[in-house]
Amino acid sequence: MSEHKRLGFVRKYIFSTDHKIIGIQFLFSSLIFMAFGGLLAMLMRWQLGWPGAALPWMEKVAPAGMPGGVMVPEYYNMLFTMHGSVMIFFGVIPILAGAFGNYLIPLKVGAPDMAFPRLNMLSYWLFPIAAATVLAGFFVEGGAAASGWTAYPPLSGLKETMGPGQTLWAAGVVVLGFSSILGAVNYVATVINHRAPGMSFHRLPISIWALFTTAVLTLLATPVLAAAMILLLLDRSLGTSFFLPAGMIVDGNLLPHAGGQAILWQHLFWFYSHPAVYIMILPAMGFVSDILPTFSRKPIFGYHAIAYSAVAIGAVGFLVWAHHMFQSGMNPTLGTTFMISTMVVAVPTGVKVFSWLGTLWRGSIRLTTPMLHALGFISMFIIGGLTGIFLASTPVDMYFHDTYFVVGHIHYVLFGGSLFGAFAGITFWFPKMFGRRMNEPWGKIHFWLTFLFFNCVMFPMFSLGLGGMPRRIYDYTQYPGLVHFAGLNRMMSMAAFCLMASQLLFAFNFLYSLFRGKKAGENPWEATTLEWETPSPPPHGNFAKTPVVLRGPYEFSVPGRERDWQLQTEED
Amino acid sequence: MSAGADNGQATSTGIPSAKLGMWLFLASEVMFFAGLIGATIVLRAGLTHWPHPGEELSIPIAALNTFILLSSSMTMAMGVAAVHHQDVKRLRLFLTLTILLGSAFLGVKGYEYSLKFAHGHFPGTALFWDCYFTLTGFHGIHVLAGVIANLWVLSLTFRPDFLRAKGHIVEISGLYWHFVDLVWIFLFPLLYLI
Repeated sequence: MSEHKRLGFVRKYIFSTDHKIIGIQFLFSSLIFMAFGGLLAMLMRWQLGWPGAALPWMEKVAPAGMPGGVMVPEYYNMLFTMHGSVMIFFGVIPILAGAFGNYLIPLKVGAPDMAFPRLNMLSYWLFPIAAATVLAGFFVEGGAAASGWTAYPPLSGLKETMGPGQTLWAAGVVVLGFSSILGAVNYVATVINHRAPGMSFHRLPISIWALFTTAVLTLLATPVLAAAMILLLLDRSLGTSFFLPAGMIVDGNLLPHAGGQAILWQHLFWFYSHPAVYIMILPAMGFVSDILPTFSRKPIFGYHAIAYSAVAIGAVGFLVWAHHMFQSGMNPTLGTTFMISTMVVAVPTGVKVFSWLGTLWRGSIRLTTPMLHALGFISMFIIGGLTGIFLASTPVDMYFHDTYFVVGHIHYVLFGGSLFGAFAGITFWFPKMFGRRMNEPWGKIHFWLTFLFFNCVMFPMFSLGLGGMPRRIYDYTQYPGLVHFAGLNRMMSMAAFCLMASQLLFAFNFLYSLFRGKKAGENPWEATTLEWETPSPPPHGNFAKTPVVLRGPYEFSVPGRERDWQLQTEED
Repeated sequence: MSAGADNGQATSTGIPSAKLGMWLFLASEVMFFAGLIGATIVLRAGLTHWPHPGEELSIPIAALNTFILLSSSMTMAMGVAAVHHQDVKRLRLFLTLTILLGSAFLGVKGYEYSLKFAHGHFPGTALFWDCYFTLTGFHGIHVLAGVIANLWVLSLTFRPDFLRAKGHIVEISGLYWHFVDLVWIFLFPLLYLI
């Protein structure tokens, strides 16, 4: 241990190989990117609530995008593209897999660090490089990428239609892919190879099962995205025709491309991006599965069922990608196949939800802030999941495709699911990470405000979608049939501003508690897994001596014992 | 590979972490090439014209290159065997041969490229050439990376006590090298023979 103490500030906090510092670096970076992504959404909500209204001070920030403070359509396209890209690639994935994956895996399996600490450091430092590359698009000729976070060619594949911002976007995503793959190699190797004595797979906390499955998905899906991005970059830079068919005319000129298939991009892209949806939800499911037993003071209901349902979701997740493509002109027979495989995902998901409810049933529930977020996760995720069944059904999707129904669905899954899961994780592990507790009353107020305003913004989206309002639309009032949605949109925008403002309370609580919070002690929540046996924050190297694991991860309210919890290493 | 937390210590499975890490990385690499090869197959199925075997590309040159690369896999395997026999001289010999054969493969590939360039075939001239240059190009980059990795391993063998302390690195580098070889076994028929 002594050698670790001699490290200077730079080696200790900036170019650190300690998994905990790297996890915290991912946490801070992704929170900053999420705040930025949220601000992009606020601009979009401004335009949707008050189409064409001027925001004079925005002219200074984006002179080309908002001349005189009035948004131009191209800028709106950049906003939804970058909002999606930043939130998914630099917000949700890094906070769930990057921050918590790094922080929790070695602690919870009983290892001193990751299998490859230096590779881990590289994985983190590729992340800001990737983000800078993507965001540099805002400062180049023609602005940032504007073809949606899905970047469908031919729009995204031609220099004539998308400027250098799109090239930077694709290059940045490739770099991020490297970062994810290096992280995933580390996570999988650590879970397989660095478990403490006695820590069999069936004694791993569910969060580790979830992060492990996520890492396997990342490992196998990300390289396919990298391949697709590289082909797109070649189309853009060397004039190849992978995704570009013959006969395209831009500005009256016939382009020389021939033979490519735009739909091939969609297959490759969704082969990654559908598993990515599970990459963004499985860890949150894992955190909730750790939090519910702790605050119900009961062993988890159906440990094996929950653990293997994560694996099942991961496996089936590779066979469902083309449900994003029912309307793409793909063979309809294939559509039926993908409809069925997608519906199958509901089975392991249902197993999880009912096991969570079983865990809560007749527990002695403690409504702490992390518990509230966990319950928020379950309820919001159910809405997200059920609306997903509408979209998975081919005939229904024909009507809903590319409407606000899809936007509502994705936000119930990614905000209602992943972000409430992330809030649950932050508020639960904050005392372990920083040695101090967050303020509970402020935390609860933040939860209720977020929960309220989130539903006010996102739930009406289902109505908009049913009413035929398309997504990615700059000014819906140009369609007479949609004008009557103006009032609803305005209400949603006001709720969105309140939702953003509510996050200030979280930011304040986070920063205040970092320095002034109550001292946490080793085990403030009276939980059972290995990380709660270390000091808060744990030292470099984690455990004073290698823990020997004697029992499963959720031993609460064991009959005949004085305390109502039993640590994984505790003798009878 | 960077030093694992378990360097020299027992792991949960008994498999060294560095070796496990290489297998995981290779799983990822398999998916990368699966994406590129899958794209080529799909694009070819959608085209009315694709060159017949031997029409555009030289089968004899590629067959020679296949022979060179397969031989290099054999010398690599003999290098790994030399580690097991604790014979550092044989290890250096077979590593050198592997590096030379890998470089020869790249030389032949470069010659083949120059022939295509001379005929005006570049990426962007036709979809067949887009696929050809992308697949063989990314494979070539991987061969180059393997040659550099083996050069690094060769330099390590001159350190005292290499075989006992770091001998497992040869096996890990070998895993990567065999993978690179295996990718070519798929590319050769895909681009040249069918």
